[in-house]
Amino acid sequence: MFDRRKLAEIKKQRQKWEKTTVPSWVRRHPERRKDFETVSGIPVKRLYAPEDIEEMDYSRDLGFPGEPPFTRGVHATMYRGRFWTMRMFAGFGTAEQTNQRFKYLLKEGETGLSVAFDYPTIMGYDSDHAMSLGEVGQCGVAVSHLKDMEILFDGIPLDKVSTSMTINGPAPMLLGMYICVGDKQGVAREKVAGTTQNDNLKEFFAQKLCIFPPKPSLKLSTDVIEYCARHVPNWNPVSISGYHIREAGSNAVQELAFTLADGIAYVESTLERGVKVDEFANRLSFFFACHNNFFEEIAKFRAARRIWAKIMRDRFKAKSPRSMWMRMHVQTSGCTLTAQQPVNNAIRTAFQALAAVLGGTQSLHTNSFDEALCLPTEEAVTVALRTQQLIANESGVADTIDPLGGSYFVEALTNEMEERAMSYIDKIDSMGGVTAGIEKGFFQKEIADSAYKYQKEVERHERVVVGLNDFRAEKDWMPMDLLRIPPHVEREQLARLERVKQGRNRQKVKQSLDKLFNDADKDKNLMPTIIEALKAYVTLGEITDVLRSVYGEYRELIII
Amino acid sequence: MSIKEKKIRVLIAKPGLDSHDRGAKIVARALRDAGMEVIYTGLRQTAEQIVETALQEDVDVIGLSILSGAHTTIFPKVMQLLKKKGMTDVMVFAGGIIPGEDIPALKKAGIKEVFGPGTPTTALVDYVKNNVSK
Amino acid sequence: MQVLLTQATDVQSLIQGVFRGEKRAIAKIISKIENNELDAQRAISLIYPKTGRAHIIGITGPPGAGKSTLVEKLTKELRNRKRTVGIIAVDPTSPFTGGAFLGDRVRMQDLSTDEGVYIRSMATRNHPGGLARATKDAAHVLDAAGKDTIIVETVGAGQSEVEVVKVAHTIVVVLAPGLGDDIQAIKAGQMEIGDIFVVNKGDRENADKAVSDIKAALELNTEEKMWNPLVLKISALTGEGIGEFVETIEKHRTYLKKGALDAHRKATAEIELIEALKQKITQTIIQDLRQKGEWVRTTEKILAREIDPYSAADNLLKQKSRT
Repeated sequence: MFDRRKLAEIKKQRQKWEKTTVPSWVRRHPERRKDFETVSGIPVKRLYAPEDIEEMDYSRDLGFPGEPPFTRGVHATMYRGRFWTMRMFAGFGTAEQTNQRFKYLLKEGETGLSVAFDYPTIMGYDSDHAMSLGEVGQCGVAVSHLKDMEILFDGIPLDKVSTSMTINGPAPMLLGMYICVGDKQGVAREKVAGTTQNDNLKEFFAQKLCIFPPKPSLKLSTDVIEYCARHVPNWNPVSISGYHIREAGSNAVQELAFTLADGIAYVESTLERGVKVDEFANRLSFFFACHNNFFEEIAKFRAARRIWAKIMRDRFKAKSPRSMWMRMHVQTSGCTLTAQQPVNNAIRTAFQALAAVLGGTQSLHTNSFDEALCLPTEEAVTVALRTQQLIANESGVADTIDPLGGSYFVEALTNEMEERAMSYIDKIDSMGGVTAGIEKGFFQKEIADSAYKYQKEVERHERVVVGLNDFRAEKDWMPMDLLRIPPHVEREQLARLERVKQGRNRQKVKQSLDKLFNDADKDKNLMPTIIEALKAYVTLGEITDVLRSVYGEYRELIII
Repeated sequence: MSIKEKKIRVLIAKPGLDSHDRGAKIVARALRDAGMEVIYTGLRQTAEQIVETALQEDVDVIGLSILSGAHTTIFPKVMQLLKKKGMTDVMVFAGGIIPGEDIPALKKAGIKEVFGPGTPTTALVDYVKNNVSK
Repeated sequence: MQVLLTQATDVQSLIQGVFRGEKRAIAKIISKIENNELDAQRAISLIYPKTGRAHIIGITGPPGAGKSTLVEKLTKELRNRKRTVGIIAVDPTSPFTGGAFLGDRVRMQDLSTDEGVYIRSMATRNHPGGLARATKDAAHVLDAAGKDTIIVETVGAGQSEVEVVKVAHTIVVVLAPGLGDDIQAIKAGQMEIGDIFVVNKGDRENADKAVSDIKAALELNTEEKMWNPLVLKISALTGEGIGEFVETIEKHRTYLKKGALDAHRKATAEIELIEALKQKITQTIIQDLRQKGEWVRTTEKILAREIDPYSAADNLLKQKSRT
């Protein structure tokens, strides 16, 4: 990319600068630390110059937006055509309450929905299960059956709005419910748009919401991918996630590498079903965190796109460019927010959101400033949404594509992240892949060690967390109101569950469950059977129990 | 005359369905590194399981970690069971996402202290060492 | 005098609780013994007459072999056969921090609310050999509490895991295929002490090879044996082979009752006496010498090369017997 002779000249000049100008300055003003590093331990130099990226080839490594390797962007016009989707993760209490929050957010300008389910729903328990006591509606919306889902999307046209659902083990059931709601609204299945997270692999070492053991979990994820490829082509069946890996304590390189490794596993398992790569790869989507170190995060997103494009092209021999593109959703990092001086969190979120935009995300959720205290209030979530709208409309950063492309630092960092991530991926391959790594406890150990290291750095004051270990407040400003879920929510939910169960055709329920058991036993794709069962108002818990009886329950391998 | 060999035994528990275990694991590790014997229950424990484990293992301390908001239901259950089994000498502390307005009621139920997000592990270790009933 | 009386009562009532199988009493007595409290010895003296009934199974083997999962499955099977079970799971104490992470219990979650099962996790507290100093006495407590079977799970870290012979009647060595060293993972010591060898994770492809490798290695051991160690293949995950495992343990128990048990008991009694004497010597003689300053004086002489440790010990013992 550079003229060799000019480059050599600049190198010499730099060396002179390092040997003369710099030392005389440093003598009078020592640098703040001896070594500077990103969160992942990548050394950060004093200055980056052309020589730091001298091996780069523009066409090979950067290319143009909308074309492989997609480093600079996944679409040809990016935000000049359309801003990223402003998609705020929301859910609490009953379906009615969450329906109201959805409508509020849409009115305030969000452009896509994102559903947070409560813990019982996530674990495949109905609201009346013994384990659900005290948990119903607490950190997400309670959905036990199709009726709950119908109320959740009441008045929301599924052909006009896309919905992302954070659901993993029970993803087939919740997608099934969404499709049934679409059917009732008269929306063709080909038009239904959205995403199911459905990334069971990362549950085993990050989010820990595993119901079944690894093999059947991967099977169910693949069922959804296969079904959507054939019947719901506008749906992203899986959101291969790094967010939870990061929140569990990994650094940026690990987040990147482990996510890509999971992606490889899903492609392999779908290919094993006989689906061709170009039939499903275009709908694989990704989900990353955006943490504090501004440029490291931007480099991470750019490296992610480039690595995935190469993997799809070289490893999986994809032919269509759309099979190689990596579309991503980003959420600003929850674990970086503090309970101390919560207003600071709004500013952290703003920087993180900016990094996500400069990194070229397709969809973004911004955290609310009160998240370290409780569920976000309406006021707090509005500020979070405005953060995105401010960046989009007032900052100008969306007016050109990949504005940081060509920055010596950002390109060098992107290259470095790619190299380090690939090293991990090679290691995981040599172990036998992600499932083998999970059994060996590899990911769990890496994450636990990174988490402990980070904690110790904060405690030793090597890492400053404003408001926590420095710049503390004598008198802290705390929000007046917190969003609490009152006990009557659980009672109402249970009452409705009872009514739905009473009003069903018992024969149909039994038949559906028997068929489900047989199909699961025979290893068939369970989506059609699940959809039929849901239409008979078989509950989420009833379906999951059948699957538990066939697949067993997962027992966590604990690595501290 | 015998040489006494007492170690502080701690149970770190994750009650309910909350699956965030980053903090619990860090606390477990920090307490172990401070010379204590630590049992971590793993996720999704019922109050019965937690108390039974604490009983058989004769722990000195129980640490309850929760971020899901279900502490208002589950913590009192644990405290009631401990009382029923005559285990009031066990020191119980809690951590996670527990709104300040809930803390007085939890303390009244017998939870000695609630540690919010950002508590340094060193503070936790000191607290346990200084407050465990000898 | 008053204080001693209260202590005696406390231990007395706890011991009565142990005999009734009360969990809290069991827990408290084990703690007293583990912590070497003043009344620990009294507790043991009250318990000892009621011991000797339970069948003690030692589970050893390298880390990653799936010992804890196997213990859980074994216990469930024993419970199906109406046996009560006590489990002592041992984990290593860090030599640097003195702390320990006791992580075996968490793999036996299903047993946590079974009334007929008592699980106690113990840290080695730097006692060598794969067990804690108090493991043997803790097993006595569970025995006196009426447990039919007691399972002791060792640390599983190394080749010097032979302490378990002093405690258990039946030694089970657990291995898993593909652990890296395979046959090498069975260190020399473990090859000799195993009564039953289990190849766990039997659903894996190299399991059969592991079984034949172990059988071949056992055949090389030319020493005459009354009991020929058996090799089993088990999948703790699926439950395959567990029934046969329990049968084999029963077989060994029967064999022991025919005569080998008496020899074992005699040997164990002698070992326990030696251990007790060692402890007493440390406690009484050394404490005494420390108090009198004799200890420091003697160690200084050794440091200065004025005397060697053995001669110094002779002198001290002569002194002690004179006083």
